[in-house]
Amino acid sequence: MSALEVLRFALRGLMANKLRSSLTTLGVLIGVGAVILLVAVGNGSSEQIKKSIQRLGADSLTVTQSTTGGRPGMPGGRSGGQSEQSSGPRTQAHDLTAQDAAALVDPVNAPSVETASPVVTSPSVTAGYAGTSATIDQFVGTTPSYFAAANKTVASGSAFTGDDVTAAGKTVVIGSSLAEDLFGRVDPLGKRIDVDGIRFTVTGVLKESGSSSSSFTDPDSIAIAPLTAVQQSLTGYGGLDQVIVQAKDSGAVDAAEAEITEILNGRHDVASSGAADFSVSSQASIQSAVGESSRTFTVLLGAVAAISLLVGGIGITNIMLVTVTERTREIGIRKAIGAPRGAILGQFMAEATVLSLLGGLLGVAAGVIGSRFTIVGVRPVLVPSSIALALGVSIAIGLFFGSYPANRAAKLRPIEALRHE
Amino acid sequence: MTSPPVLDIRAVTKVYGEGDTAVHALRGITLTVERGDYVAIMGASGSGKSTLMNIIGCLDVPSAGHYLLDGTDVRGLDERRLAILRNRRIGFVFQSFNLIPRMSAQANVELPLAYGGVRGADRRRRALAALGEVGLADRTRHEPNELSGGQQQRVAVARALVTAPTLLLADEPTGALDSASTADMLGLFDRLSRSGRTIVLITHEDDVAAHAQRLVRLVDGRVVEDRRRTTGARHRMPEGAR
Repeated sequence: MSALEVLRFALRGLMANKLRSSLTTLGVLIGVGAVILLVAVGNGSSEQIKKSIQRLGADSLTVTQSTTGGRPGMPGGRSGGQSEQSSGPRTQAHDLTAQDAAALVDPVNAPSVETASPVVTSPSVTAGYAGTSATIDQFVGTTPSYFAAANKTVASGSAFTGDDVTAAGKTVVIGSSLAEDLFGRVDPLGKRIDVDGIRFTVTGVLKESGSSSSSFTDPDSIAIAPLTAVQQSLTGYGGLDQVIVQAKDSGAVDAAEAEITEILNGRHDVASSGAADFSVSSQASIQSAVGESSRTFTVLLGAVAAISLLVGGIGITNIMLVTVTERTREIGIRKAIGAPRGAILGQFMAEATVLSLLGGLLGVAAGVIGSRFTIVGVRPVLVPSSIALALGVSIAIGLFFGSYPANRAAKLRPIEALRHE
Repeated sequence: MTSPPVLDIRAVTKVYGEGDTAVHALRGITLTVERGDYVAIMGASGSGKSTLMNIIGCLDVPSAGHYLLDGTDVRGLDERRLAILRNRRIGFVFQSFNLIPRMSAQANVELPLAYGGVRGADRRRRALAALGEVGLADRTRHEPNELSGGQQQRVAVARALVTAPTLLLADEPTGALDSASTADMLGLFDRLSRSGRTIVLITHEDDVAAHAQRLVRLVDGRVVEDRRRTTGARHRMPEGAR
């Protein structure tokens, strides 16, 4: 009794009940397909988030004020050479100021820094134009160098100039989706929008950033105005929210980070207070933090899919148990004419494994084909190991879930099996 | 005779259950069947003939006593060896044909050879020869549900013969057949018997038993009659049967 022979018997057994076999296969197909596709979706969305972070520019650093020295939970949120800081409340925290930002542009002490743009942000501001109004997710006040540092390109019109900043000119550059919300088909250039009662003249519209809706906030719902104008009208003259620093090139990011820390330590008198009141983070550190959370997301999706694979496996056990009961008499005949136990066991194991293997292969095909489509705004990216894993698991499921019914078939006593109606 | 008898049953008993509820299906049977014999075992239902057939067919083992099939003591053989014994030495013919559905006549006949480890070409040749012997050379591709009852039973006989077993064991082979097919089937058995096959046939019909050379009658798990048709002489009851 060769293995090929056993396989032939198994295939014949499966062909005898095509509908049932194909439905069982479908269960495994869905499970395997779901694992591959959902992992690909998770992977795709994390790639997308990475890309949108990369859009910030690989050479930019963000300096933020931190009221509790250091930022423990934040990987990469290092504070220069001083590692862990006390995290108690601070009394002598210095605000980040425009002067700090200006001091960072220093060819002698900070040769790696190209530009430093002070940034104040006012979240969720309502803007109105000719009766329509829209919420601006981020109203940014800054200097012209911000556009290059934050990778913002002006698509039409022009950005404001250094003179506008000095004069606190009420000009604004708006993001593409904001332009659409407020103006529709009207050309926004030169129009005046109403922001909390203050009128800003639109001088430019930003290029669409291309980020998908999977990001938490729409990066195109943004308005960028001169720092002074925003401080005057919206945020007041408190500290800056952040300073965006552009390094000379992406290789100089680490050097720039050290220089920034050095300069700010001096300016903020960190030596005497003992703890840094700011933190510098580079794009890489944000990326690793976001990468962490998107990995969790992928694992979660994979786990949900794995459950459906398990259900598919139970489907196999179920159908094989029915098959064994239904074919008890046939098993009896086979045993009576001298089928050894191994042959019966092999036949039913092979039937279960063929079902799960077939389902697995079709599931891989379905997953691979499905991943070619964009799903809820995410382009799935296949993870080769998930294919191998899902296929391997489906075969293992066939063997595992098939072994119980197969054992039951092999253990049947021929007289009783023959008597079975 | 140098070769051992095909069946050598010595004081075999079979008890189902234990204690008060024990059922004595066989109460000590002694029976010898020589090569080439054609034996009909008769008995009413409950006489133990099905139990005897299961034991002869190596589907069950006796509670006590010895059973030698073709010189091999069946007692103490494990399930795997019993399966091999069934495959090589015994050809079964059942009342309800017991062909495997959705398999062609030829595939059904090939099945015991497949389990016996006979390879492809040889297997096909032997299966076709066996089907020819029962007169079904033109029905090899048909599945059981495309065949009449008589034809199905002939496929079953071909399946029983294909391994060239020492013993052809038929359990009510005509029980599910009409009279024409019954006559046909009994003719086939007569022919097989004349060609030297050893046949044990279990039945409760007198006219079926009349074809056999020897008649064994069971009542309540004991042999009450054992006579040879050709000679007409009654054998004395064997010792262990009492």
